[in-house]
Amino acid sequence: MDKIPDNRAWWLVLPVFLLVAFSALIPLMTVVNYSVQDIFGPGQAYYVGTEWFKEVLTDERLQASLVRQFAFSGAVLLIQIPLGIGVALMMPKSGIKGSLCLILVAIPLLIPWNVVGTIWQIFARGDIGLFGWAINQAGIDYNYTGDTVDAWLTVLLMDVWHWTPLVALLCYSGLRAIPEAFYQAAEIDRASKWAVFRYIQLPRLKSVLIIAVLLRFMDSFMIYIEPFVLTGGGPGSSTTFLSQTLTTMAIGQFDLGRAAAFSLIYFLIVLLISWLFFTAITHADKEK
Amino acid sequence: MRQTGYKNIGITVYILLLLTPVYWLLNMSFKTNREILGGLTLWPQNFTFDNYAVIFTDPSWYNGYLNSMAYVSINVVITLLVALPAAYAFSRYKFLGDKHLFFWLLSNRMAPPAVFLLPFFQLYSSIGLFDTHIAVALAHCLFNVPLAVWILEGFMKGVPREYDEMAYIDGYSFPKFFIKVFLPMIRSGIGVTAFFAFMFSWVELLLARTLTSVDAQPIGAIMTRTIGASGIDWGVLAAAGVLTIIPGLLVIWFVRNHVAKGFALGRV
Repeated sequence: MDKIPDNRAWWLVLPVFLLVAFSALIPLMTVVNYSVQDIFGPGQAYYVGTEWFKEVLTDERLQASLVRQFAFSGAVLLIQIPLGIGVALMMPKSGIKGSLCLILVAIPLLIPWNVVGTIWQIFARGDIGLFGWAINQAGIDYNYTGDTVDAWLTVLLMDVWHWTPLVALLCYSGLRAIPEAFYQAAEIDRASKWAVFRYIQLPRLKSVLIIAVLLRFMDSFMIYIEPFVLTGGGPGSSTTFLSQTLTTMAIGQFDLGRAAAFSLIYFLIVLLISWLFFTAITHADKEK
Repeated sequence: MRQTGYKNIGITVYILLLLTPVYWLLNMSFKTNREILGGLTLWPQNFTFDNYAVIFTDPSWYNGYLNSMAYVSINVVITLLVALPAAYAFSRYKFLGDKHLFFWLLSNRMAPPAVFLLPFFQLYSSIGLFDTHIAVALAHCLFNVPLAVWILEGFMKGVPREYDEMAYIDGYSFPKFFIKVFLPMIRSGIGVTAFFAFMFSWVELLLARTLTSVDAQPIGAIMTRTIGASGIDWGVLAAAGVLTIIPGLLVIWFVRNHVAKGFALGRV
């Protein structure tokens, strides 16, 4: 559909602009302000220019948590996107069974994040949790509070449990929007299941998948509450992701300048990657 | 139909795996603390409602749910009210800076919350809104409004512009057209948007906890109280957790058909 050029449309957008600007720009400016100062307490702040930025870029603790973060977000996307598509393909297309599946699959999404952490904290325990107990019974030594690999895998498993439903729901609604005629045509051509998926379903899922990848990337990159409740970032710092490193720095050590400088860099990384995805979306829209 | 058979088995297995952790929470909420810590039992041996009784009889507990529901509802209403006209503008008109504005809106979902908490606290304290429902509702607009505009715009693009033009020829004014003709056509979109706004506001805790202290404290923050001198009160914690799932279930029950009809209707 061609859009009409009309600058009066700004009046319709203005409420959103003002509302979001209020909650976004003022705090952002405050953070920028922190990032160029050394703050010892109220009224004791000194301008330090770009010193924090230089220091932060060479900080090994931050680099380590950045690497952990990329590994985590990468694993999240690699597992959740294919699994979500698979689940969406298996869900019944209509009727009461379809509705029921939809509701059951959505349950993890509706649980507050700290409760998600709490659920897994108990569920994965070796003594009173079903999951931890079952793994131990199977003869595998598993202890998420002591072993770094176990802890990492538990956080990943929790995230897969928590967020794959979002990908599945998005793909499910995408699949439902494919007209029946497409499938009939494929049947006439005696297309294989794989061909139907590859040449009919997957291309039509493209735009929902971009939304799914974008949302999952942004949210997994900022994961905070769930691992904090589950493992507290440990053992050691094996599950301390970026947000938590930042929070410890800003609130725990009151190292505001450094934390602010780093969160700006953090913001830019997310922004850059999201911009690439976003350009992909608009590009895909243009092609049609 | 062997294909369908495999699919049914697959989805059943997935849903069972998905529900096991939730069952474990439910299971625990009906146990006494002694039984929880005593060892592994697959179902409650001494079935008890005591944990729920604690929550329903103590105002400091159940007020947490009321507070959460209050700010979530305010947030959903504000989100829809501002996002509907904006999404209409984005779906119908080209205007100065539209693409940049759209991306800027989306970028607000990407700000790492950790360091923005302190500025948020200062901002809302300075305008006297600290510890009110409206403060949390406004703060949650930061990530809900952009998403709402995005989803609604997709649905609105699916409605041909001929409808708008016909309504004008029939003598409808813009507000009348928008409310009487246009909104009913994107009912599904509104349902889906309301669901997502509800969901993200209901599960968020960091901002909600930072902006409240007593009068508007969300249930998530109150749950941390179960960690007392004698250790964690697991039973009550589990019961509180189970109760946080119920409002979400009600909401998705109401919008289930809309979600099924296609979140991405306009985009696919």
